Amino acid sequence: MIQLIELTVNGERHDLAIEPRRTLVDVLRHDLGLTGTHVGCEHGICGACTVLVDGAPARACLLFAAQVEGAEIRTVESLAEPDGTLNDLQRCFSEHHGLQCGFCTPGMLMLAEGYLAEEPEATKEEIREVVASNLCRCTGYQTIVEAIDDCASRRRAAFQDQLDRSTA
Amino acid sequence: MAEPPQRSPHLRRDGAWVGASVPRREDPRLLAGRGRFVDDIVLPGMLHAQFVRSTEAHAEILSVDLSEVRAVPGVVAAYSAADLNLRGVTALLDRPPHEFVPTAMPVLAHDRARYVGEPVAIVVARDPYAVEDGVEAAIVEYAPLQPVVSDTAALAEGAPLVHAEAPRNTLVDVSLFATEGIDAIFDEAHTVVEVHTKTGRQNALPLETRGVVADWDDRDEQLRVQTCSQVPHQVRTVLARCVGLDEKQVRVIVPDMGGGFGQKCVVGREEIAAAAAALRLRRPVKWIEDRRDALTAAFLAREQRYAVRAAFSAEGEILALDADVVCDMGAYSCYPFTAGIEPLMASAEMPGVYKIPAYRVRGRAVTTNKAPTAPYRGVSRPQYVMVVERVFEKAARALGLDAVELRRRNVITVFPYKGVNDITYDPGSYLESLDLCEQTLRDEGWFSRRSDENRVIGIGFSCFSERTGYGSGAFAQRRMEVVPGFDISEIRMDLNGTVSVTTGTLSHGQSHETTMAQIVADRLGIPYDRVKIVQGDTDRITYGWGSFASRSITIGGSAVAAASVKLGDQLREIAAHLLEADVDSAELDGAGGVRVGDRSLSFAEIADVAYLKAHLLPKGVGPGLSATASFDVGGDGTFSNATHGVVVELDPGTGGIEILRYVCVEDCGVAIHPQVVEGQARGGIAQGIAGALFEQVTYDDAGQPLAPSFMEYKVPTAAEIPDVRIEHLETPCAFTESGAKGAGEGGTIGAPAAVLNAVNDALRHTGVELDDTPVPREAIFRALEKA
Ligand code: FES
Ligand code: FES
Repeated sequence: MIQLIELTVNGERHDLAIEPRRTLVDVLRHDLGLTGTHVGCEHGICGACTVLVDGAPARACLLFAAQVEGAEIRTVESLAEPDGTLNDLQRCFSEHHGLQCGFCTPGMLMLAEGYLAEEPEATKEEIREVVASNLCRCTGYQTIVEAIDDCASRRRAAFQDQLDRSTA
Repeated sequence: MAEPPQRSPHLRRDGAWVGASVPRREDPRLLAGRGRFVDDIVLPGMLHAQFVRSTEAHAEILSVDLSEVRAVPGVVAAYSAADLNLRGVTALLDRPPHEFVPTAMPVLAHDRARYVGEPVAIVVARDPYAVEDGVEAAIVEYAPLQPVVSDTAALAEGAPLVHAEAPRNTLVDVSLFATEGIDAIFDEAHTVVEVHTKTGRQNALPLETRGVVADWDDRDEQLRVQTCSQVPHQVRTVLARCVGLDEKQVRVIVPDMGGGFGQKCVVGREEIAAAAAALRLRRPVKWIEDRRDALTAAFLAREQRYAVRAAFSAEGEILALDADVVCDMGAYSCYPFTAGIEPLMASAEMPGVYKIPAYRVRGRAVTTNKAPTAPYRGVSRPQYVMVVERVFEKAARALGLDAVELRRRNVITVFPYKGVNDITYDPGSYLESLDLCEQTLRDEGWFSRRSDENRVIGIGFSCFSERTGYGSGAFAQRRMEVVPGFDISEIRMDLNGTVSVTTGTLSHGQSHETTMAQIVADRLGIPYDRVKIVQGDTDRITYGWGSFASRSITIGGSAVAAASVKLGDQLREIAAHLLEADVDSAELDGAGGVRVGDRSLSFAEIADVAYLKAHLLPKGVGPGLSATASFDVGGDGTFSNATHGVVVELDPGTGGIEILRYVCVEDCGVAIHPQVVEGQARGGIAQGIAGALFEQVTYDDAGQPLAPSFMEYKVPTAAEIPDVRIEHLETPCAFTESGAKGAGEGGTIGAPAAVLNAVNDALRHTGVELDDTPVPREAIFRALEKA
């Protein structure tokens, strides 16, 4: 059986004819060619497949594509500028050596993006708890937590700066 | 173009780039989701493969019926062993039959299934969903045999045989050392301590599972195999042999790889079978291992049993070490290392950092009905270091001495040191690292917190070294049929004065695209972003041994350095000629050119002549700018070392273990990129902690795997892995080109010992000692309950 669905990914609309059992991660990777989102377990534990669904981190391996029709999906490909310039979070990962093989990285980035958007005031300990929902086999996690924490404080500082300027 | 960075004050370095934590060349693509991992590769008309796998741990295969499979919509082909008729994979040691029994690993099992998950047939379909349906339609008839599921069962009198040719299920039985008179030493010693340890079976667990895309290319007349492997040339050799092609008819390419840790440094039968199917069908075939298979049917490691005795004098001098090591290697010998990999590593290296005058060891590899094993980060060293460090803790208790002080009295301090194991140790900082690690924990106040009556706190250490950069000579001592060791690099400068350099090593997280570029940049005096590292392609690389055993920077890094120096000489020769000067007066100017006195030529100007105005070249110098060099570590290789110090707190209510503090003092010689070295240490430590406290591959009595998903196989997260304070010491290696020693495995090696010692220190008031890993929480709970 084939189903017609409409999916919005990184602001772009796609019409797809897919089997109902097709997962979101398969659609992203194989139908839309967005291979930045990775698959590490297909049973919802590793978080390599983490994307944002209406702004909230979600495991794309646990969702059927048909379930998220009408939602805004964001993947790692949306973070950098079209010319390749990395965003602040990506730069923090690089500066802190928060990635080695890079396989968990897209999932970690999307997890962090979703979380920081929700909790911009997060403490390092809270960030560590959130990072604990994804697996990384290379880094030992410390530098991932540090990268996200650094990005969060830089964003807060920038925001404060903006406030100061507008009230000055 | 990148600017040379600020020097980090605490580390020496030999140029502008080596020693600096520059931005990684790998990062932009990986962060943007633009890496190319094997599952990202899509070829026109590509088919998808999966395997029918044995459901029995040990059985005769009576029949394999794939007719229903072929009828499943979308299925294109299904092959059993009989259909493909491939040569098996046999790894050999050059040892007599009483020491080593060769066993073949068939690409697909035919008459006998030896573990649950063993591939029996390959199914190829138009999409990954259809292939799953196809696999389910296979009918395999088994006549079950009694499975052998532990080392003790394997060695038991009358045990069923996993391989008929291997009596007592023993594949390797080697006694490498036996100091004369050792029994008398034990008889007369003041104190003798014993350690009996069993370590759990572990999965190296790269987050990216194994996978391959294979296709026959008519234009190149080549079977092109894109596979996540740490050893592309070895895959080429085995694949060519199995399917009956010439080496040049096979091209193995390694895309970005999501970790390996050793699991991908042996040749996998699935990659051979998928390539054979592609060859047969003349269509691209992709196989991506699913997590269940990765947890149950991929190469595993680390299941070992030690019975060790050590003799000490009253003054705390170690006099002798006597060890019996049994490694449960599972169903097959891996290629190229064989089932000898773990017992031979343990046997050769166990005396480690200590001055041990007498040593006897027997190392055995037994075969069981479990998934086979491969080298895994550290290979046996996490285990034997743990055992030896337990020896020191126990001896300290028996002698009434402080355990760190006891180590101090016994570590090697004068180098080079010729060990009882016939190894010459090059200089290291064994004592210094021990002192600094202890001092650091003392300064941080952990020793006073340890005496808090209301808390159950323990402190543990491990002091160890790790041979890195095994050259051909060192590997030859293992007597493998194929002897890894050297590396070859070719360097080429293009018209713009930028260079590309090949390496036979294979970075998959270790950052060689950056670190090797730093080494080259310093040799030529150009920014590191004008150096491109080429790796992982058997058509572009002359020959390579890939990346394992912390060999890449020591050996591969030395080869790229040597090739760079040669190219530099070529540039100087041409420049001197063009400037009508003597070649000895020409020198690289450190800014992308050659200087003679106050005149200079840029590399681009020299390249312009070398390629576009060859008639201007000096006599005897051919056109083009390229050089080739190879490097091998002579002698016994170089030893990195470290001391780890760990503070744990035990929870009497649950038996839980929390790591309060982790300090690592490491010495890997000249650190090319300190941040990368620290990353390797932290990641390694996380894997060591995983083995000590969390992960274990378990089976029931029938040999059925009990941990087929991440629900059962507990991989530690950021909640369990602590931050690690790292301090660097630097004892440069005298014979690698950059003074570097290997840094890939040390973290993993030191962690289990330090963690286990800390747990036992916390239990000191209970009288209970725990020596097995992963440490059972119930045992802690019971010990604390009684106390
Ligand atoms: S692939 Fe989705 S959680 Fe692992
Ligand atoms: S960087 Fe390799 S899994 Fe996280």
